[in-house]
Amino acid sequence: MYRYDEIDQAVVDQRVAEFRDQTRRYLAGELSEDEFRPLRLRNGLYIQRHAPMLRIAIPYGLLSTRQLRKLAEIARKYDRGYGHFTTRQNMQLNWPELRNVPDILEELASVQMHAIQTSGNCVRNVTADHLAGIAPDELDDPRPYCEILRQWSTLNPEFTYLPRKFKIAVTGSPQDRAASEVHDIGLQMQRGSEGEIGFKVFVGGGLGRTPIIGQVVREFLPVPDLLAYCEAILRVYNRFGRRDNIHKARIKILVKSLGIEEFRRQVEAEWEGSKDFATRLEPAEVERVRQFFRPPAYETLENIDAAHNRELEFQTWYRYNTRQHKVPGYRAVFVCLKAHGSVPGDMTSDQMDAVADLADRVSFGLVRTTHNQNLMLADVRQIDLYDTWQELKRLGLASPNIGTLTDMIACPGLDFCGLANAGTIAVAKQIQQQFDDLDYLYDLGDIEIKMSGCMNACGHHHVGHIGILGVDKHGEEWYQITLGGSVNGFTALGDVIGPSVRQHEVAPTLQRIVDVYRARREDGERFIDTYRRIGLKPFKDSVYVQDSAAA
Amino acid sequence: MSRILRRHEFVADDWVSLGDTPPGDTESVIVPFATFRENREAWLARRGRLGVRLAPADRVEDLAPDLPRLSLVAVEFTGPGEGRGYTTARLLRQRYHFTGEIRAVGHVKQDQLYLMHRCGIDAFELAPTEKPEEALATLTRFKVAYTPGAPLPGLVRERFRTQREA
Repeated sequence: MYRYDEIDQAVVDQRVAEFRDQTRRYLAGELSEDEFRPLRLRNGLYIQRHAPMLRIAIPYGLLSTRQLRKLAEIARKYDRGYGHFTTRQNMQLNWPELRNVPDILEELASVQMHAIQTSGNCVRNVTADHLAGIAPDELDDPRPYCEILRQWSTLNPEFTYLPRKFKIAVTGSPQDRAASEVHDIGLQMQRGSEGEIGFKVFVGGGLGRTPIIGQVVREFLPVPDLLAYCEAILRVYNRFGRRDNIHKARIKILVKSLGIEEFRRQVEAEWEGSKDFATRLEPAEVERVRQFFRPPAYETLENIDAAHNRELEFQTWYRYNTRQHKVPGYRAVFVCLKAHGSVPGDMTSDQMDAVADLADRVSFGLVRTTHNQNLMLADVRQIDLYDTWQELKRLGLASPNIGTLTDMIACPGLDFCGLANAGTIAVAKQIQQQFDDLDYLYDLGDIEIKMSGCMNACGHHHVGHIGILGVDKHGEEWYQITLGGSVNGFTALGDVIGPSVRQHEVAPTLQRIVDVYRARREDGERFIDTYRRIGLKPFKDSVYVQDSAAA
Repeated sequence: MSRILRRHEFVADDWVSLGDTPPGDTESVIVPFATFRENREAWLARRGRLGVRLAPADRVEDLAPDLPRLSLVAVEFTGPGEGRGYTTARLLRQRYHFTGEIRAVGHVKQDQLYLMHRCGIDAFELAPTEKPEEALATLTRFKVAYTPGAPLPGLVRERFRTQREA
């Protein structure tokens, strides 16, 4: 993985010192709340329902075990002994105290981590495919470019006070596990006519209250122009994005109002007009960063049938919680944060420490965070899988439900978040209870549930096969359900099935939805494919037929 | 007369902003862009130095033809989250090669000075609540930067280079 040089370390240290001073001035009354807000937000610090919330950056979801142990230690020392992993591959602490935050940042800096620009109207953590570097279908590893973009966007003088937040994702695979088409800029790696690597550039995707799928602004962007072109996009946005209405300030609104043709014309003109002062990405710098992402020292092994002659429980876990690896003899292993009774994405400090120990033993000392709020040990020898499973099982991290209905995405919701309209944790537990039969879940197959506690859509409900959105109705928590959303190579926004339902009706409603699927599916057809074939109506008819609770 | 942080020194402000009374013919005056456009020839015909103040939504392109005859451009920041001025300053310096003073006015606080400076702003009309020594110190706080920008004493390394340097 990438290791800081003296520039990286100094940038982070400088920012810690600066933030320490800003916090001191705020606590001393020298900075008003309004003045402190944009400063603290640019360091990942929200003021939430119960306490501040600190969002720690995990660039493109890659952690060393040393860093994971530090997260465990920080959660134990400054919080309540657990952290929450997010869809953007970061980790949030729900209970830190403001006066301790500079110390937390200093501890993070000691392991080459930070919370810079994890919130606020600036360029956020750059995310990537969690199978980057190991997926058989990958063109090239996207992470060197994520790291380069991280550095370029960190404390960028021109683009730190944008109209609104700005998210970039990079994928090296046509499967687009990074959901790049619902990002402000989505970069999909491509090969040019000479076989050289470059990017197809999407712009203006995003969820939130106005979900929009990104459009192609440039079919092929050569690597040396990556930063210059992003600067052109951001400059057009910084100048002409709306600042009068927070709900219309994302770049997607600008792209929509100009139209992609006019937006492209402006970006290309800006790019052309800044050729001599734009930031150039030199091949030597790309090469320097790429060196850090070279494959680990894989052994020469052959693929084995790791599940052969093992108990059914292991075979099931193997099938659902491990993934193919491009190197023979290896598998990628999910560390499941979606066990029955758990809060999706939550992990205790003790679990983090134990997973760090395990990763040191079986996966080259590296751990990944995934968009789906699980962790991953990416490079496990197939002969180590059984032992790995036993250890994960002991830790409560081997629930074999990855990719099933209960491997759901959920934001923290009303229990923690100051923005939320409705709870998500209670609903998640309700769904876990309703669908607690594993064989039944396996029969349902690949169904993605994504749940947000408000229309800001941190839980990406628009792109869930089944999306759940919490809404407030006269002080009560209600839930609007959408069907047919997806990412992963076919980006689509879900359709609202009908009127929202009360909290206790969410799981029964889901039951009726999957009953329709089971009745109507054809051989081997996934939920999303059945939905695309038969449309919304059969589901709608069934959900509301005898329902008096809907309003 | 207020004081201005200009090129790392606090100096007496030798400019006046256009107020209710017309400026003397030899006075150095800063005029809002809209006012300037209404009477461009007259403003340019004065003997005193001329500066123009750009509001966040003003387009720097529209001022470009007149830049060779201006001694100063004031870039206005209307609040803590207003970020258009950073691009305005950068374009003035890099695209239009403006060599006069670029002055940040309005909501100009110590926490933004470093970024403003890196975009090419070289003079700051600080908000009245700001502490001068603290503000000055922010300009030497950073030793390294990732992206290229206007030079600062103490800033010894940048990661990336511009096309021109490369």
